Amino acid sequence: MTDEVFGGYGGQYVPEALMPAIEELEEAYERYLDDDEFVEEFERRLGDYGGRPTPLYHAPTTSERIGADVYLKREDLLHGGAHKLNNALGQALLAKKMDKDRVIAETGAGQHGTATAMAAAALDLECEIYMGEKDIQRQQPNVFRMRLMGAEVVPVDAGSGTLKDAINETLRDWATNVEDTHYVIGSVVGPHPFPSMVRDLQAVIGRETRRQIQERAGRLPDSVVACAGGGSNTMGAFHAFRDDEDVELYAVEAGGSGLDIEDDRAPHSASLNVGEEGVLHGARTRLLQDEDGQILESHSLSAGLDYSGVGPELAYLVDTGRVEPRTADDTEALEAFHQLSREEGIIPALESAHAVALLEKEDDLGDVVVVNLSGRGDKDLDTVMQESALADDGSMLREEGDR
Amino acid sequence: MIELPEEPALITYFTAGHPRDVDVADVIEAFERGGADVVEVGLPFSEPIADGPTIQNAITEALDGGMTPDRYFEAVASADVDVPLVCMTYYNLILQRGVDDFVADCKEAGIEGVIVPDLPVEESDELHEACRRHDVDLVFIVAPTTTDERVERIVDRVSGFLYVQARLGTTGAREDVSGETYEALDGLRGYEVPKAVGFGVSEPEHASEIVEGGADGVVAGSVFVDGLERDGVEFVEEKARELKQGAVEGGDS
Repeated sequence: MTDEVFGGYGGQYVPEALMPAIEELEEAYERYLDDDEFVEEFERRLGDYGGRPTPLYHAPTTSERIGADVYLKREDLLHGGAHKLNNALGQALLAKKMDKDRVIAETGAGQHGTATAMAAAALDLECEIYMGEKDIQRQQPNVFRMRLMGAEVVPVDAGSGTLKDAINETLRDWATNVEDTHYVIGSVVGPHPFPSMVRDLQAVIGRETRRQIQERAGRLPDSVVACAGGGSNTMGAFHAFRDDEDVELYAVEAGGSGLDIEDDRAPHSASLNVGEEGVLHGARTRLLQDEDGQILESHSLSAGLDYSGVGPELAYLVDTGRVEPRTADDTEALEAFHQLSREEGIIPALESAHAVALLEKEDDLGDVVVVNLSGRGDKDLDTVMQESALADDGSMLREEGDR
Repeated sequence: MIELPEEPALITYFTAGHPRDVDVADVIEAFERGGADVVEVGLPFSEPIADGPTIQNAITEALDGGMTPDRYFEAVASADVDVPLVCMTYYNLILQRGVDDFVADCKEAGIEGVIVPDLPVEESDELHEACRRHDVDLVFIVAPTTTDERVERIVDRVSGFLYVQARLGTTGAREDVSGETYEALDGLRGYEVPKAVGFGVSEPEHASEIVEGGADGVVAGSVFVDGLERDGVEFVEEKARELKQGAVEGGDS
């Protein structure tokens, strides 16, 4: 597994101080992810603590309107409200095995921070979460959740105060405290072995889906759709299907407010769609950057997709044509957010709403479609209230949230 | 190629483009007057993961002020000095310019070495090859966590000098010299390549102690970045002189 090269993407572009820890992690990853006892404990905890398996739900109203059988993989029902726990719990267990008693993590939307705080509390690890100032503002409930579970939340005001800057700061912490600290990276990004390891920990999503859809529909789906920021729910949903050539895989990135680049900002987060090859946060991958190689600030209404890079394996799968990159912009995602809430009684995370939005945009998804509903939308209510005409009706709710 | 003097060396760092109103060549020339033996000129990258707050802020200001690789090479080339220059930057800027073109541009601008803090020896084949082609040194960092096995690999590929990271963490001025520094120097005693210790060096006493501990030189950065902003190039010259003096005294004792 260590020799996995994603067509020139990937690698280990990190300061020398971190290399020994990364080598140690590689060893632990290879040893424990194939170790029956470890896997058994991981699965048991994902079951009785996390609530796996998550359901695969046939969405009746959406299906009827679209004219296809639409199934939602309900990662929103995983403990914590997003797929992030799969990875955080796995890495926290690995940290224990490596005798590290402190875990740190970056977070964008706060979902990965929350998942890491949960796993750390459950496994009795010290926990510190780095989060951009801007994200702290737009994800207050998650900040409070993390603190409730005993994690320290450290605001990062460098750069744009979003996910990319939080990763920089977490890497700096790791380089300082590497001897007793494990960095629970939140997506399929970063230096090897993180992209492969996080994918393997998230692959449970696709394994369950593959089994469930065969039980429900009697066959494999024509397409699997997932949103992509860094790409952990994407790779998790896709991995079990990668050799099923008849199953189309769609990665939906945040189109933000438009795909053109202005000044130093990309008003989107579509690195798979329009990014160029470069090195960021330890890996060679596709990035939003200017011609000199300076990283551009990304944008998305959803904090969890607001990232200038993407997982190296996903970049590779797009290059080879196995994964189709698409975008949904802020407006389309908001519409999908409202529509799914109204039609199915399921409030999706704004991130997942990008995947749902593809149902309205893409004509040839086929007769049986799986959408990975990577998280629930409770954390986004504030953002949505500000963005939509519901603002007036929701004023009372907003006061409640601010308290 | 970089050649360190017989006596203990002073290697200095600043970020090109910070402060905005200070000319890059003026800073380099002030370092030379102050007795620096090598000057590292930082080429700012938007995601400086190995740098502490002082240099991060300098980088942000330099980028906001419009510093680019093109302007960097032009500014460095205009410095009228004999002191060897080293380019310190992150790998993505090298990659986007084209690895060979980048090193060729370094050479053309009078730069004799390159340090890339996010490029471990495993990923350095292409840059190493380009440096060899253009007779430019490739400096590597050895950290307190670096294992003996990794030291072998690094020493095998390093040229110019070995940058010994005095402590874990990021760059930035500190109050004292860490015990890790002496341990690291002891571990490296058997290797011939010159060893320069950086990360946290800000006072002449640090320089003396580090040289007494077996280093061939010291590297100081954040203290200059900070001082440049406060007091301009006069500070640089004066502080370089003090640190060089400290290093030399460490060698005498």
